Amino acid sequence: MHAIVQKIVAQCPNAMVSVSEALGEVSVLIQRESIVPVCRLLRDDPTLDFDHITTICSVDFPGETPRFEVVYHLYSIGKNHRIRIKARVPEEDCTIDSVVGVWPGANFLEREVYDMMGIRFKGHPDLRRILMTEDYNEGFPLRKDFPVEGKGWRDTFEFV
Amino acid sequence: MSLYERPSHFEEDNVPKGARRTEDMLLNMGPQHPSTHGVLRVVLDLEGETIVKATPHLGYLHRGVEKLSENATYPQIIPLTDRLDYVCSMTTNFAFVRTVEKLLQVKIPIRAEYIRTIVAEMQRLTGHLFWLGTQALDIGAMTVFFYTFREREVLIDLFEMLCGARLTMSYYRVGGVDRDLTPEIVTRLYAFLETFPDKIDEYNTLLENNRIWTSRTQGIAVISAKDAIAFGLTGPVLRGSGVAYDVRKAEPYGVYDKVEWEVPVGKNGDTYDRYFIRVQEMRQSARIIKQCLDQLPSGPICADLPEVTYPPKDHVMTDMESLIHHFMIATRGFDVPPGEVYCPTEVPKGELGFYILSQGGNKPYRCHIRSPSFIHMGAFDHMARGYMIADVVTIFGTYDIVMGECDR
Repeated sequence: MHAIVQKIVAQCPNAMVSVSEALGEVSVLIQRESIVPVCRLLRDDPTLDFDHITTICSVDFPGETPRFEVVYHLYSIGKNHRIRIKARVPEEDCTIDSVVGVWPGANFLEREVYDMMGIRFKGHPDLRRILMTEDYNEGFPLRKDFPVEGKGWRDTFEFV
Repeated sequence: MSLYERPSHFEEDNVPKGARRTEDMLLNMGPQHPSTHGVLRVVLDLEGETIVKATPHLGYLHRGVEKLSENATYPQIIPLTDRLDYVCSMTTNFAFVRTVEKLLQVKIPIRAEYIRTIVAEMQRLTGHLFWLGTQALDIGAMTVFFYTFREREVLIDLFEMLCGARLTMSYYRVGGVDRDLTPEIVTRLYAFLETFPDKIDEYNTLLENNRIWTSRTQGIAVISAKDAIAFGLTGPVLRGSGVAYDVRKAEPYGVYDKVEWEVPVGKNGDTYDRYFIRVQEMRQSARIIKQCLDQLPSGPICADLPEVTYPPKDHVMTDMESLIHHFMIATRGFDVPPGEVYCPTEVPKGELGFYILSQGGNKPYRCHIRSPSFIHMGAFDHMARGYMIADVVTIFGTYDIVMGECDR
Protein backbone atom coordinates (compact mmCIF):
# COMPACT_ATOMS: atom_id res chain seq x y z
CA MET A 1 0.00 0.00 0.00
CA HIS A 2 1.08 3.55 -0.64
CA ALA A 3 3.08 5.23 2.17
CA ILE A 4 0.65 8.16 2.46
CA VAL A 5 -2.29 5.79 2.74
CA GLN A 6 -0.52 3.71 5.41
CA LYS A 7 -0.09 6.87 7.46
CA ILE A 8 -3.79 7.71 7.25
CA VAL A 9 -4.76 4.14 8.21
CA ALA A 10 -2.39 4.22 11.19
CA GLN A 11 -3.45 7.63 12.49
CA CYS A 12 -7.15 7.66 11.64
CA PRO A 13 -8.12 3.97 11.57
CA ASN A 14 -11.87 4.57 11.25
CA ALA A 15 -11.63 7.09 8.45
CA MET A 16 -10.65 4.91 5.50
CA VAL A 17 -13.24 3.48 3.13
CA SER A 18 -11.23 2.56 0.05
CA VAL A 19 -8.09 3.37 -1.86
CA SER A 20 -7.41 3.34 -5.56
CA GLU A 21 -4.33 4.09 -7.55
CA ALA A 22 -4.52 4.74 -11.28
CA LEU A 23 -2.48 6.73 -13.82
CA GLY A 24 0.06 7.54 -11.12
CA GLU A 25 -2.50 9.23 -8.88
CA VAL A 26 -3.64 8.05 -5.46
CA SER A 27 -7.29 8.50 -4.50
CA VAL A 28 -8.51 7.89 -0.99
CA LEU A 29 -12.19 7.65 -0.15
CA ILE A 30 -12.82 8.49 3.48
CA GLN A 31 -15.80 8.88 5.82
CA ARG A 32 -17.12 12.41 5.67
CA GLU A 33 -17.03 12.73 9.48
CA SER A 34 -13.25 12.38 9.45
CA ILE A 35 -12.47 14.95 6.76
CA VAL A 36 -11.05 17.54 9.17
CA PRO A 37 -8.87 15.15 11.22
CA VAL A 38 -7.52 13.53 8.04
CA CYS A 39 -6.76 16.93 6.48
CA ARG A 40 -5.04 18.08 9.66
CA LEU A 41 -2.95 14.91 9.67
CA LEU A 42 -2.03 15.36 6.01
CA ARG A 43 -1.00 18.96 6.61
CA ASP A 44 0.82 18.57 9.94
CA ASP A 45 2.68 15.29 9.54
CA PRO A 46 6.24 16.26 8.52
CA THR A 47 6.60 13.28 6.16
CA LEU A 48 3.34 14.11 4.35
CA ASP A 49 3.44 17.93 4.55
CA PHE A 50 0.42 18.69 2.34
CA ASP A 51 0.63 22.44 2.78
CA HIS A 52 -0.98 23.46 -0.52
CA ILE A 53 -4.67 23.10 -1.26
CA THR A 54 -4.92 22.64 -5.00
CA THR A 55 -8.65 22.50 -5.49
CA ILE A 56 -11.96 21.31 -4.09
CA CYS A 57 -14.76 20.16 -6.34
CA SER A 58 -17.81 17.97 -6.22
CA VAL A 59 -19.42 15.30 -8.36
CA ASP A 60 -23.08 14.33 -8.56
CA PHE A 61 -24.03 10.65 -8.94
CA PRO A 62 -27.83 10.63 -9.12
CA GLY A 63 -29.31 7.27 -8.22
CA GLU A 64 -26.41 6.26 -6.02
CA THR A 65 -26.42 6.53 -2.24
CA PRO A 66 -24.79 8.61 -0.94
CA ARG A 67 -25.44 10.87 -3.91
CA PHE A 68 -22.65 13.47 -3.84
CA GLU A 69 -18.90 13.25 -3.67
CA VAL A 70 -16.61 16.06 -2.55
CA VAL A 71 -13.13 15.79 -4.07
CA TYR A 72 -10.08 17.47 -2.51
CA HIS A 73 -6.80 17.72 -4.39
CA LEU A 74 -3.79 18.36 -2.20
CA TYR A 75 -0.18 19.02 -3.03
CA SER A 76 3.00 19.25 -0.98
CA ILE A 77 5.40 21.89 -2.23
CA GLY A 78 8.31 20.56 -0.18
CA LYS A 79 7.81 16.87 -0.96
CA ASN A 80 6.39 17.32 -4.48
CA HIS A 81 3.62 14.76 -4.16
CA ARG A 82 -0.11 14.87 -4.69
CA ILE A 83 -3.12 13.09 -3.27
CA ARG A 84 -6.83 13.08 -3.94
CA ILE A 85 -9.18 12.80 -0.96
CA LYS A 86 -12.83 12.02 -1.55
CA ALA A 87 -15.82 11.88 0.77
CA ARG A 88 -19.39 10.90 -0.04
CA VAL A 89 -22.23 13.14 1.11
CA PRO A 90 -25.86 11.94 1.18
CA GLU A 91 -28.64 14.01 -0.37
CA GLU A 92 -30.86 14.12 2.72
CA ASP A 93 -28.10 15.54 4.94
CA CYS A 94 -26.09 17.51 2.44
CA THR A 95 -23.33 18.71 4.77
CA ILE A 96 -19.65 18.16 5.40
CA ASP A 97 -17.20 19.83 7.77
CA SER A 98 -15.33 22.80 6.42
CA VAL A 99 -11.55 22.69 6.05
CA VAL A 100 -11.11 26.48 6.03
CA GLY A 101 -9.43 26.12 9.43
CA VAL A 102 -6.80 23.87 7.86
CA TRP A 103 -6.13 25.83 4.67
CA PRO A 104 -7.57 29.36 4.41
CA GLY A 105 -7.52 28.97 0.63
CA ALA A 106 -10.41 26.52 0.96
CA ASN A 107 -12.77 29.42 1.64
CA PHE A 108 -13.63 30.34 -1.96
CA LEU A 109 -13.38 26.75 -3.15
CA GLU A 110 -15.99 25.56 -0.64
CA ARG A 111 -18.23 28.49 -1.50
CA GLU A 112 -18.04 27.42 -5.13
CA VAL A 113 -18.96 23.83 -4.28
CA TYR A 114 -21.90 25.10 -2.23
CA ASP A 115 -22.97 27.39 -5.06
CA MET A 116 -22.75 24.79 -7.78
CA MET A 117 -23.79 21.60 -5.99
CA GLY A 118 -25.59 22.72 -2.84
CA ILE A 119 -23.35 20.95 -0.35
CA ARG A 120 -23.20 22.93 2.90
CA PHE A 121 -19.90 23.22 4.75
CA LYS A 122 -20.29 23.21 8.53
CA GLY A 123 -18.10 25.80 10.20
CA HIS A 124 -17.48 27.83 7.05
CA PRO A 125 -17.12 31.52 8.03
CA ASP A 126 -19.02 32.99 5.08
CA LEU A 127 -21.02 30.43 3.14
CA ARG A 128 -22.72 32.40 0.38
CA ARG A 129 -23.16 31.85 -3.32
CA ILE A 130 -20.11 33.03 -5.21
CA LEU A 131 -20.55 32.66 -8.97
CA MET A 132 -24.35 32.82 -9.17
CA THR A 133 -26.14 35.85 -7.75
CA GLU A 134 -26.81 35.74 -4.03
CA ASP A 135 -30.59 35.68 -4.48
CA TYR A 136 -30.51 32.90 -7.07
CA ASN A 137 -33.07 30.32 -6.01
CA GLU A 138 -33.53 27.97 -8.93
CA GLY A 139 -31.31 25.23 -7.59
CA PHE A 140 -27.74 24.21 -8.04
CA PRO A 141 -26.43 24.30 -11.62
CA LEU A 142 -23.92 21.47 -11.57
CA ARG A 143 -26.38 18.88 -10.33
CA LYS A 144 -27.14 16.40 -13.06
CA ASP A 145 -30.90 17.07 -12.84
CA PHE A 146 -30.36 20.77 -13.64
CA PRO A 147 -30.92 21.38 -17.37
CA VAL A 148 -27.97 22.73 -19.39
CA GLU A 149 -30.07 25.52 -20.89
CA GLY A 150 -31.00 26.73 -17.39
CA LYS A 151 -34.48 27.03 -15.97
CA GLY A 152 -36.82 29.64 -14.64
CA TRP A 153 -36.49 33.12 -16.02
CA ARG A 154 -35.49 32.08 -19.52
CA ASP A 155 -38.85 30.35 -20.02
CA THR A 156 -40.57 33.71 -19.67
CA PHE A 157 -38.79 35.17 -22.70
CA GLU A 158 -41.05 36.00 -25.62
CA PHE A 159 -40.26 34.44 -28.94
CA VAL A 160 -39.68 37.13 -31.54
CA MET B 1 9.06 61.04 3.60
CA SER B 2 6.56 58.56 2.31
CA LEU B 3 3.94 59.67 -0.19
CA TYR B 4 1.10 59.18 2.26
CA GLU B 5 2.55 61.22 5.16
CA ARG B 6 1.19 64.69 5.49
CA PRO B 7 3.34 67.68 6.45
CA SER B 8 2.72 68.62 10.08
CA HIS B 9 1.33 72.09 9.40
CA PHE B 10 -1.86 70.49 8.09
CA GLU B 11 -2.65 69.07 11.56
CA GLU B 12 -5.18 71.06 13.47
CA ASP B 13 -3.65 71.14 16.89
CA ASN B 14 -6.49 72.98 18.59
CA VAL B 15 -9.11 70.20 18.15
CA PRO B 16 -9.54 68.33 21.43
CA LYS B 17 -8.96 64.59 21.33
CA GLY B 18 -12.06 62.58 20.52
CA ALA B 19 -14.03 65.62 19.43
CA ARG B 20 -13.80 64.76 15.73
CA ARG B 21 -16.52 62.39 14.57
CA THR B 22 -15.22 59.40 12.64
CA GLU B 23 -17.24 56.88 10.68
CA ASP B 24 -16.40 53.76 8.69
CA MET B 25 -17.38 53.92 5.07
CA LEU B 26 -18.57 51.26 2.67
CA LEU B 27 -17.37 51.82 -0.87
CA ASN B 28 -18.53 49.85 -3.86
CA MET B 29 -15.99 49.48 -6.64
CA GLY B 30 -17.15 48.04 -9.93
CA PRO B 31 -18.60 45.99 -11.54
CA GLN B 32 -17.60 48.27 -14.40
CA HIS B 33 -14.33 49.94 -13.61
CA PRO B 34 -11.57 50.66 -16.11
CA SER B 35 -8.96 48.89 -14.05
CA THR B 36 -10.81 45.81 -12.92
CA HIS B 37 -9.78 43.75 -15.97
CA GLY B 38 -13.13 42.30 -16.82
CA VAL B 39 -16.22 42.60 -14.73
CA LEU B 40 -15.58 42.36 -11.03
CA ARG B 41 -17.12 44.12 -8.07
CA VAL B 42 -15.45 44.62 -4.76
CA VAL B 43 -17.00 46.13 -1.65
CA LEU B 44 -14.47 47.93 0.53
CA ASP B 45 -14.89 48.70 4.24
CA LEU B 46 -12.87 51.84 4.71
CA GLU B 47 -11.49 53.74 7.63
CA GLY B 48 -10.53 56.99 6.01
CA GLU B 49 -8.65 55.82 2.97
CA THR B 50 -7.40 52.61 4.55
CA ILE B 51 -9.00 49.29 3.67
CA VAL B 52 -10.33 47.41 6.69
CA LYS B 53 -12.00 44.63 4.76
CA ALA B 54 -12.46 43.85 1.09
CA THR B 55 -15.22 41.60 -0.19
CA PRO B 56 -14.92 40.54 -3.83
CA HIS B 57 -18.13 39.67 -5.66
CA LEU B 58 -17.38 37.35 -8.54
CA GLY B 59 -19.48 35.68 -11.18
CA TYR B 60 -20.28 38.46 -13.62
CA LEU B 61 -18.59 36.45 -16.36
CA HIS B 62 -19.86 33.04 -15.27
CA ARG B 63 -20.86 31.10 -18.35
CA GLY B 64 -21.03 27.63 -16.86
CA VAL B 65 -18.11 26.16 -18.76
CA GLU B 66 -17.96 23.17 -16.40
CA LYS B 67 -21.63 22.40 -17.03
CA LEU B 68 -21.24 22.88 -20.78
CA SER B 69 -18.23 20.56 -20.77
CA GLU B 70 -20.34 17.75 -19.39
CA ASN B 71 -22.49 17.99 -22.50
CA ALA B 72 -19.80 18.40 -25.13
CA THR B 73 -17.43 15.88 -26.68
CA TYR B 74 -13.75 16.18 -25.86
CA PRO B 75 -12.75 17.93 -29.13
CA GLN B 76 -15.67 20.34 -28.65
CA ILE B 77 -14.35 21.40 -25.24
CA ILE B 78 -11.07 22.73 -26.70
CA PRO B 79 -12.74 25.92 -28.07
CA LEU B 80 -14.48 26.37 -24.70
CA THR B 81 -11.10 26.39 -22.96
CA ASP B 82 -10.06 29.28 -25.25
CA ARG B 83 -12.72 31.38 -23.62
CA LEU B 84 -11.46 30.74 -20.12
CA ASP B 85 -8.26 32.72 -20.27
CA TYR B 86 -8.79 34.62 -23.49
CA VAL B 87 -5.48 36.46 -23.09
CA CYS B 88 -3.49 33.22 -23.10
CA SER B 89 -5.71 30.69 -24.85
CA MET B 90 -2.87 28.48 -26.09
CA THR B 91 -1.74 27.51 -22.61
CA THR B 92 -5.32 26.79 -21.57
CA ASN B 93 -5.73 24.53 -24.61
CA PHE B 94 -2.49 22.83 -23.65
CA ALA B 95 -3.71 22.18 -20.10
CA PHE B 96 -6.89 20.56 -21.37
CA VAL B 97 -5.41 18.35 -24.08
CA ARG B 98 -2.72 17.14 -21.68
CA THR B 99 -5.39 16.01 -19.25
CA VAL B 100 -7.28 14.08 -21.92
CA GLU B 101 -4.02 12.56 -23.17
CA LYS B 102 -3.19 11.43 -19.66
CA LEU B 103 -6.53 9.64 -19.49
CA LEU B 104 -6.05 8.12 -22.94
CA GLN B 105 -2.37 7.29 -22.29
CA VAL B 106 -1.37 8.77 -25.65
CA LYS B 107 2.26 9.18 -26.60
CA ILE B 108 2.92 12.44 -28.46
CA PRO B 109 5.47 12.64 -31.31
CA ILE B 110 8.60 14.49 -30.29
CA ARG B 111 8.23 17.26 -32.88
CA ALA B 112 4.72 17.97 -31.60
CA GLU B 113 6.10 18.22 -28.05
CA TYR B 114 8.65 20.79 -29.21
CA ILE B 115 6.06 22.83 -31.10
CA ARG B 116 3.75 22.74 -28.11
CA THR B 117 6.48 24.02 -25.83
CA ILE B 118 7.50 26.77 -28.24
CA VAL B 119 3.92 27.92 -28.71
CA ALA B 120 3.16 27.78 -24.98
CA GLU B 121 6.21 29.92 -24.25
CA MET B 122 5.26 32.39 -26.99
CA GLN B 123 1.89 32.60 -25.30
CA ARG B 124 3.56 33.16 -21.93
CA LEU B 125 5.45 36.06 -23.49
CA THR B 126 2.26 37.61 -24.87
CA GLY B 127 0.54 37.06 -21.52
CA HIS B 128 3.31 38.72 -19.54
CA LEU B 129 3.61 41.56 -22.07
CA PHE B 130 -0.12 42.15 -21.81
CA TRP B 131 0.13 42.08 -18.03
CA LEU B 132 3.08 44.48 -17.91
CA GLY B 133 1.39 46.97 -20.21
CA THR B 134 -1.94 46.97 -18.41
CA GLN B 135 -0.47 46.90 -14.92
CA ALA B 136 1.67 49.94 -15.72
CA LEU B 137 -1.32 51.62 -17.36
CA ASP B 138 -3.44 51.06 -14.26
CA ILE B 139 -0.77 52.47 -11.99
CA GLY B 140 -0.32 55.51 -14.19
CA ALA B 141 2.63 54.78 -16.45
CA MET B 142 0.91 54.83 -19.80
CA THR B 143 3.93 54.69 -22.11
CA VAL B 144 4.90 51.09 -21.29
CA PHE B 145 1.60 49.90 -22.68
CA PHE B 146 2.51 51.03 -26.19
CA TYR B 147 5.92 49.41 -26.04
CA THR B 148 4.74 46.02 -24.76
CA PHE B 149 1.88 45.90 -27.23
CA ARG B 150 4.34 46.48 -30.04
CA GLU B 151 6.09 43.18 -29.23
CA ARG B 152 2.85 41.41 -28.41
CA GLU B 153 1.60 42.30 -31.87
CA VAL B 154 4.60 40.58 -33.48
CA LEU B 155 3.86 37.37 -31.57
CA ILE B 156 0.15 37.54 -32.29
CA ASP B 157 0.91 37.94 -35.99
CA LEU B 158 2.97 34.76 -35.75
CA PHE B 159 0.02 32.99 -34.13
CA GLU B 160 -2.15 34.20 -36.97
CA MET B 161 0.30 32.73 -39.47
CA LEU B 162 0.37 29.52 -37.49
CA CYS B 163 -3.33 28.85 -36.96
CA GLY B 164 -5.32 31.70 -38.47
CA ALA B 165 -6.56 33.14 -35.19
CA ARG B 166 -5.16 35.86 -33.01
CA LEU B 167 -6.78 35.38 -29.61
CA THR B 168 -8.95 32.29 -29.31
CA MET B 169 -6.74 29.87 -31.12
CA SER B 170 -7.84 26.27 -30.47
CA TYR B 171 -4.50 25.19 -31.89
CA TYR B 172 -3.76 22.17 -29.73
CA ARG B 173 -5.33 18.83 -30.55
CA VAL B 174 -5.58 15.70 -28.49
CA GLY B 175 -2.56 13.78 -29.77
CA GLY B 176 -0.59 16.71 -31.18
CA VAL B 177 -1.12 20.08 -32.78
CA ASP B 178 -3.19 21.37 -35.68
CA ARG B 179 -0.55 22.69 -38.08
CA ASP B 180 3.19 22.54 -38.48
CA LEU B 181 5.58 25.45 -37.98
CA THR B 182 6.44 26.85 -41.39
CA PRO B 183 10.04 27.93 -42.20
CA GLU B 184 8.82 31.51 -42.37
CA ILE B 185 7.47 31.39 -38.83
CA VAL B 186 10.75 29.92 -37.60
CA THR B 187 12.76 32.67 -39.33
CA ARG B 188 10.56 35.42 -37.99
CA LEU B 189 10.64 33.93 -34.51
CA TYR B 190 14.44 33.84 -34.58
CA ALA B 191 14.47 37.47 -35.69
CA PHE B 192 12.10 38.36 -32.86
CA LEU B 193 14.26 36.58 -30.27
CA GLU B 194 17.31 38.40 -31.55
CA THR B 195 15.97 41.78 -30.46
CA PHE B 196 13.61 40.83 -27.66
CA PRO B 197 16.07 40.94 -24.70
CA ASP B 198 16.89 44.56 -25.64
CA LYS B 199 13.19 45.33 -25.68
CA ILE B 200 12.88 44.01 -22.12
CA ASP B 201 15.69 46.36 -21.11
CA GLU B 202 13.73 49.12 -22.75
CA TYR B 203 10.65 48.44 -20.59
CA ASN B 204 12.86 48.33 -17.54
CA THR B 205 14.34 51.75 -18.25
CA LEU B 206 10.79 53.08 -18.25
CA LEU B 207 9.89 51.45 -14.96
CA GLU B 208 12.82 50.50 -12.77
CA ASN B 209 13.90 54.06 -11.99
CA ASN B 210 10.43 55.51 -12.24
CA ARG B 211 9.70 56.88 -8.79
CA ILE B 212 5.93 56.58 -9.16
CA TRP B 213 6.20 52.97 -10.27
CA THR B 214 8.53 51.96 -7.45
CA SER B 215 6.62 53.73 -4.70
CA ARG B 216 3.34 52.28 -5.91
CA THR B 217 4.67 48.71 -6.13
CA GLN B 218 7.37 48.30 -3.49
CA GLY B 219 5.91 47.15 -0.20
CA ILE B 220 2.38 46.92 -1.64
CA ALA B 221 0.29 43.76 -1.22
CA VAL B 222 2.97 41.89 0.70
CA ILE B 223 2.24 38.22 1.38
CA SER B 224 4.56 35.89 3.25
CA ALA B 225 5.58 32.54 1.81
CA LYS B 226 3.64 30.68 4.52
CA ASP B 227 0.43 32.58 3.84
CA ALA B 228 0.85 32.33 0.09
CA ILE B 229 1.09 28.55 0.33
CA ALA B 230 -1.84 28.30 2.75
CA PHE B 231 -4.03 30.31 0.39
CA GLY B 232 -3.13 27.98 -2.47
CA LEU B 233 -1.47 30.68 -4.56
CA THR B 234 0.65 29.59 -7.51
CA GLY B 235 2.63 31.06 -10.36
CA PRO B 236 4.46 34.39 -10.13
CA VAL B 237 2.36 35.40 -7.10
CA LEU B 238 3.74 32.47 -5.10
CA ARG B 239 7.24 32.76 -6.51
CA GLY B 240 7.31 36.44 -5.56
CA SER B 241 7.22 35.30 -1.94
CA GLY B 242 10.30 33.16 -2.47
CA VAL B 243 8.74 29.73 -3.10
CA ALA B 244 10.32 28.20 -6.18
CA TYR B 245 7.27 26.18 -7.23
CA ASP B 246 6.80 25.90 -10.95
CA VAL B 247 4.89 22.98 -12.48
CA ARG B 248 7.30 23.00 -15.42
CA LYS B 249 10.11 22.08 -13.02
CA ALA B 250 8.19 20.06 -10.42
CA GLU B 251 6.39 17.79 -12.90
CA PRO B 252 7.99 18.48 -16.29
CA TYR B 253 5.87 18.10 -19.42
CA GLY B 254 6.47 19.06 -23.01
CA VAL B 255 10.23 19.37 -23.43
CA TYR B 256 10.89 21.57 -20.40
CA ASP B 257 13.28 18.94 -19.04
CA LYS B 258 15.31 18.98 -22.27
CA VAL B 259 16.19 22.68 -22.22
CA GLU B 260 18.09 24.83 -19.74
CA TRP B 261 16.20 27.48 -17.85
CA GLU B 262 15.74 28.78 -14.34
CA VAL B 263 12.83 29.60 -12.06
CA PRO B 264 13.17 33.21 -10.88
CA VAL B 265 12.05 33.82 -7.28
CA GLY B 266 11.56 36.98 -5.27
CA LYS B 267 12.14 37.57 -1.61
CA ASN B 268 9.88 40.38 -0.34
CA GLY B 269 6.59 39.06 -1.67
CA ASP B 270 5.45 42.51 -2.79
CA THR B 271 4.09 43.78 -6.08
CA TYR B 272 7.51 44.91 -7.24
CA ASP B 273 8.96 41.42 -6.79
CA ARG B 274 6.12 39.91 -8.77
CA TYR B 275 6.78 42.45 -11.54
CA PHE B 276 10.46 41.60 -11.45
CA ILE B 277 9.72 37.86 -11.66
CA ARG B 278 7.47 38.24 -14.67
CA VAL B 279 10.15 40.24 -16.43
CA GLN B 280 12.71 37.55 -15.63
CA GLU B 281 10.28 34.89 -16.82
CA MET B 282 10.06 36.63 -20.17
CA ARG B 283 13.84 36.32 -20.48
CA GLN B 284 13.61 32.64 -19.54
CA SER B 285 10.80 32.02 -22.03
CA ALA B 286 12.87 33.60 -24.78
CA ARG B 287 15.71 31.30 -23.75
CA ILE B 288 13.44 28.24 -23.88
CA ILE B 289 12.06 29.13 -27.32
CA LYS B 290 15.57 29.70 -28.68
CA GLN B 291 16.80 26.30 -27.49
CA CYS B 292 13.67 24.54 -28.72
CA LEU B 293 14.07 26.07 -32.18
CA ASP B 294 17.71 25.02 -32.27
CA GLN B 295 16.83 21.45 -31.28
CA LEU B 296 13.58 21.21 -33.29
CA PRO B 297 13.48 17.67 -34.73
CA SER B 298 11.59 16.66 -37.85
CA GLY B 299 8.74 14.17 -37.85
CA PRO B 300 4.98 14.00 -37.52
CA ILE B 301 3.05 16.65 -35.57
CA CYS B 302 0.22 14.38 -34.49
CA ALA B 303 0.09 10.93 -32.95
CA ASP B 304 -0.85 8.09 -35.28
CA LEU B 305 -4.13 7.23 -33.59
CA PRO B 306 -6.94 7.36 -36.15
CA GLU B 307 -9.67 6.90 -33.55
CA VAL B 308 -8.56 10.06 -31.69
CA THR B 309 -6.74 12.41 -34.06
CA TYR B 310 -7.95 14.29 -37.10
CA PRO B 311 -6.63 13.22 -40.52
CA PRO B 312 -4.22 15.67 -42.26
CA LYS B 313 -6.10 18.60 -43.73
CA ASP B 314 -4.84 18.10 -47.30
CA HIS B 315 -6.21 14.54 -47.25
CA VAL B 316 -9.59 15.80 -46.06
CA MET B 317 -9.84 17.98 -49.14
CA THR B 318 -9.06 15.20 -51.62
CA ASP B 319 -9.96 11.89 -50.04
CA MET B 320 -13.48 10.65 -49.27
CA GLU B 321 -12.51 8.39 -46.35
CA SER B 322 -10.51 11.16 -44.69
CA LEU B 323 -13.46 13.51 -45.03
CA ILE B 324 -15.74 11.01 -43.28
CA HIS B 325 -13.08 10.43 -40.67
CA HIS B 326 -12.75 14.17 -40.03
CA PHE B 327 -16.52 14.48 -39.79
CA MET B 328 -16.74 11.63 -37.28
CA ILE B 329 -14.09 13.12 -34.97
CA ALA B 330 -15.61 16.60 -35.20
CA THR B 331 -19.18 15.54 -34.48
CA ARG B 332 -19.07 12.33 -32.47
CA GLY B 333 -15.66 12.76 -30.85
CA PHE B 334 -13.89 9.73 -29.45
CA ASP B 335 -14.39 7.45 -26.49
CA VAL B 336 -12.23 7.85 -23.43
CA PRO B 337 -11.78 4.95 -21.01
CA PRO B 338 -13.30 5.29 -17.51
CA GLY B 339 -11.07 6.88 -14.95
CA GLU B 340 -10.27 10.12 -13.24
CA VAL B 341 -7.29 12.35 -13.61
CA TYR B 342 -5.97 15.67 -12.38
CA CYS B 343 -3.31 17.26 -14.53
CA PRO B 344 -1.64 20.58 -13.62
CA THR B 345 -0.08 22.91 -16.19
CA GLU B 346 1.87 26.10 -15.61
CA VAL B 347 0.06 28.92 -17.39
CA PRO B 348 1.18 32.57 -17.14
CA LYS B 349 -1.20 33.09 -14.19
CA GLY B 350 -0.18 30.07 -12.19
CA GLU B 351 -1.20 26.43 -11.98
CA LEU B 352 -4.17 25.64 -14.19
CA GLY B 353 -5.44 22.13 -13.71
CA PHE B 354 -8.26 20.10 -15.15
CA TYR B 355 -9.91 17.35 -13.14
CA ILE B 356 -11.72 15.05 -15.52
CA LEU B 357 -13.88 12.18 -14.37
CA SER B 358 -14.74 9.87 -17.22
CA GLN B 359 -17.24 7.04 -17.10
CA GLY B 360 -16.42 6.00 -20.64
CA GLY B 361 -18.09 7.50 -23.68
CA ASN B 362 -17.29 10.61 -25.66
CA LYS B 363 -18.15 13.21 -23.02
CA PRO B 364 -16.61 13.76 -19.59
CA TYR B 365 -18.86 12.94 -16.65
CA ARG B 366 -17.35 15.83 -14.73
CA CYS B 367 -14.80 18.39 -15.81
CA HIS B 368 -13.59 20.69 -13.07
CA ILE B 369 -11.24 23.58 -13.76
CA ARG B 370 -8.77 24.69 -11.12
CA SER B 371 -8.36 28.26 -12.21
CA PRO B 372 -5.52 30.24 -10.65
CA SER B 373 -7.31 33.60 -10.94
CA PHE B 374 -10.24 32.33 -8.86
CA ILE B 375 -7.96 31.03 -6.13
CA HIS B 376 -5.90 34.22 -6.14
CA MET B 377 -9.09 36.22 -5.59
CA GLY B 378 -9.57 34.14 -2.42
CA ALA B 379 -6.49 35.83 -0.98
CA PHE B 380 -7.58 39.31 -2.05
CA ASP B 381 -9.10 40.30 1.29
CA HIS B 382 -6.00 39.10 3.13
CA MET B 383 -3.66 41.01 0.84
CA ALA B 384 -5.67 44.25 0.59
CA ARG B 385 -6.19 44.93 4.31
CA GLY B 386 -4.26 47.90 5.59
CA TYR B 387 -3.56 49.39 2.17
CA MET B 388 -5.12 52.42 0.49
CA ILE B 389 -8.03 52.55 -1.97
CA ALA B 390 -5.63 53.42 -4.79
CA ASP B 391 -3.70 50.21 -4.10
CA VAL B 392 -6.74 48.04 -4.90
CA VAL B 393 -5.98 48.57 -8.57
CA THR B 394 -2.38 47.50 -8.03
CA ILE B 395 -3.46 44.36 -6.18
CA PHE B 396 -5.88 43.28 -8.92
CA GLY B 397 -3.14 43.80 -11.42
CA THR B 398 -0.50 41.93 -9.48
CA TYR B 399 -2.49 38.69 -9.75
CA ASP B 400 -2.61 39.07 -13.53
CA ILE B 401 -6.30 38.35 -13.18
CA VAL B 402 -8.49 37.42 -16.13
CA MET B 403 -12.14 37.25 -15.20
CA GLY B 404 -13.07 34.78 -17.92
CA GLU B 405 -10.93 32.21 -16.20
CA CYS B 406 -11.89 33.31 -12.70
CA ASP B 407 -15.65 33.00 -13.22
CA ARG B 408 -15.55 30.23 -15.84
